Amino acid sequence: METQTLTFLFVGLSFAIYIAIAIWAKAGSTGEFYVAGGGVKPIYNGMATAADWMSAASFISMAGLIAFLGYDASVYLMGWTGGYVLLAMLLAPYLRKYGKFTVPEFIGERYYSDTARIVAVICLIFISFTYIAGQMRGVGIVFSRFLEVDIITGLMIGMAIVFVYAVLGGMKGITYTQVAQYCVLIFAYTVPAVFISLQITGNPLPQIGFGSTLASDPSVYMLDKLDQVITDLGFSAYTDGTQSTTNLFFLTMALMAGTAGLPHVIVRFFTVPKVSDARKSAGYALLFIALLYTVAPAVGSMARFNLVNTINGDEVTGTEYSEMPSWFKTWENSGLLAWYDHNQDGKIQYAKGNPLDGKKPTFAEERGAQGERIVTNPGKGEVAEGAPFANEVYVDRDIMVLANPEIAGLPGWVIALIAAGGIAAALSTAAGLLLVISAAISHDLMKKTFAPQISEKQELMYGRIAITVAILIAGYLGANPPGWVAETVAMAFGLAASSLFPVILLGIFSKRVNRKGAIAGMLTGLIFTFCYIVYFKGVFIEPFAANIEENWLFGITPQAIGGLGMIFNFVVALTVSHLTEEPPKEVQEMVASLRIPRGAEQAHAH
Amino acid sequence: MTEQENHEAYWRENIKLVFLCLAIWFIVSFGFGVLLVEQLNAIRMGGFKLGFWFAQQGSIYTFLALIFFYVHQMNKLDKKYNVND
Repeated sequence: METQTLTFLFVGLSFAIYIAIAIWAKAGSTGEFYVAGGGVKPIYNGMATAADWMSAASFISMAGLIAFLGYDASVYLMGWTGGYVLLAMLLAPYLRKYGKFTVPEFIGERYYSDTARIVAVICLIFISFTYIAGQMRGVGIVFSRFLEVDIITGLMIGMAIVFVYAVLGGMKGITYTQVAQYCVLIFAYTVPAVFISLQITGNPLPQIGFGSTLASDPSVYMLDKLDQVITDLGFSAYTDGTQSTTNLFFLTMALMAGTAGLPHVIVRFFTVPKVSDARKSAGYALLFIALLYTVAPAVGSMARFNLVNTINGDEVTGTEYSEMPSWFKTWENSGLLAWYDHNQDGKIQYAKGNPLDGKKPTFAEERGAQGERIVTNPGKGEVAEGAPFANEVYVDRDIMVLANPEIAGLPGWVIALIAAGGIAAALSTAAGLLLVISAAISHDLMKKTFAPQISEKQELMYGRIAITVAILIAGYLGANPPGWVAETVAMAFGLAASSLFPVILLGIFSKRVNRKGAIAGMLTGLIFTFCYIVYFKGVFIEPFAANIEENWLFGITPQAIGGLGMIFNFVVALTVSHLTEEPPKEVQEMVASLRIPRGAEQAHAH
Repeated sequence: MTEQENHEAYWRENIKLVFLCLAIWFIVSFGFGVLLVEQLNAIRMGGFKLGFWFAQQGSIYTFLALIFFYVHQMNKLDKKYNVND
């Protein structure tokens, strides 16, 4: 069968499974809608958490990021897995013992304050919408590239599917679809990785393969060869870092604490029956995440290796356009790959340096002599320091995972699998985010703050309305991605790390931190981090200062600043609390009871 | 021992365990993966430089082992102080 037919078949089949699960798992009460009735087995919750957490960014973008950044990208691997250690030991079991529905609810009750709850709701909505925009864009990319429908049609289909199982099934439907989506995405990610690892190193385990010798030359290790090949092209060595240690340190911290502070991840631990299950299920979640996260660096290094060798050829002199494999041309058609023949030799060469004038290529209508797309914004074609020739190729990082099976020449069904996996990763994360947004609105804002008189049935209806509106907004953001989406992903992590994480942690581990301390701490972390990012990145407005090392505070990039914001939050919250009165007796008793596993009932509304 | 003293003793042991785990968590990631990466890269493990391996593989395996170790120890602790659920 043709790849195209297979792709339709795989994607269609996976959609049929998701819908069948949705019909089977319809939610009847607010408990089922918000926390799946609190009866999810730890291993299933682990899978659902893994799918919830691993987004289009993890599936599509991360290996590409590693491929081009090498060692420097390690902070994402460590940050996004190390956060689960914090979750398992510092947050998940205690929030499960608390036994209610949402993160703002905990903050509001622990700090006996509607203000604290509303600040938490604002952080949550901002973080979650930022994320969703990225997921919807992921769905659009996969649909338009593999199914050759336009992005809007692809988005509509994606929205319709999420609508069916999220609105009907709530958390219950989402949980069991996420279990299915995890299976699809992990299979789709590891199968091509195993093939590629076998091809390049002869070892079927990618985690070991990228530390093995080459199948073509058993006297050389793959990573050493890669280091040598790319340093010859003017790049820095793959296994060495280029960023400052301080910045890597704070970035890792921001990513770890940000992961632990993300509401859609935390709320997954409200769905298990017992406190001990919450701990165990954090372990399962990391196990299932690690299956992808330990393969990703192997995929990244091998993709870089394949890309360089395919383009430059064995002689490192370049390859003629007409001799390039078909994937080069398909991705060129999508505009994510481009070639400009700077030295006019008719061959494609890849080395360090920007081939373009600007960040993205623009193309003319007509084709060049060899049938290539003509780039209308070429750079000057200068040879970068240490490179043998000028770089002529523009590669978007996002294509590395999607194009990898084609670059390695794998069969059509593997490529079809990647498409189904990418869509599963994007949809599962989008659904989890939609649910926390809807819960924050119907539960924290309506039921707990502005309309306490509504019945459970009405609350459930508001929840479903909120999720529907959220899907429409998410679809709009996916169709018209605002320019600041990429910038705000850094902000989502920074804000989760600097606002939510410290106050939740202190709420459990300190009986002394009071309302004033928590609000002051949250606002300090939030405002400091937000302003630092806007100052350099200019969300909505022009940046105030150039985003360069000389201008940064202690050499910390805007992505990493959440780590510092978190420290400020802790210091301010503790200082203010110790200068003001103790929290009321019943709050101190509540904290004491959080720490004891016994007596955790199923999550309830009262 | 009153119930409250029992709970406080349980909490102290829990904190000690968490500190131990987080110390290891910090050493393998921030320590081996970031601060000491250059020194460790002088050591080879097959095709990997050791610092690079910790940053991209070893830290993740250690995190996993840590959580399951913590789960196991906490379950024992819960029983010892009779606070298990």
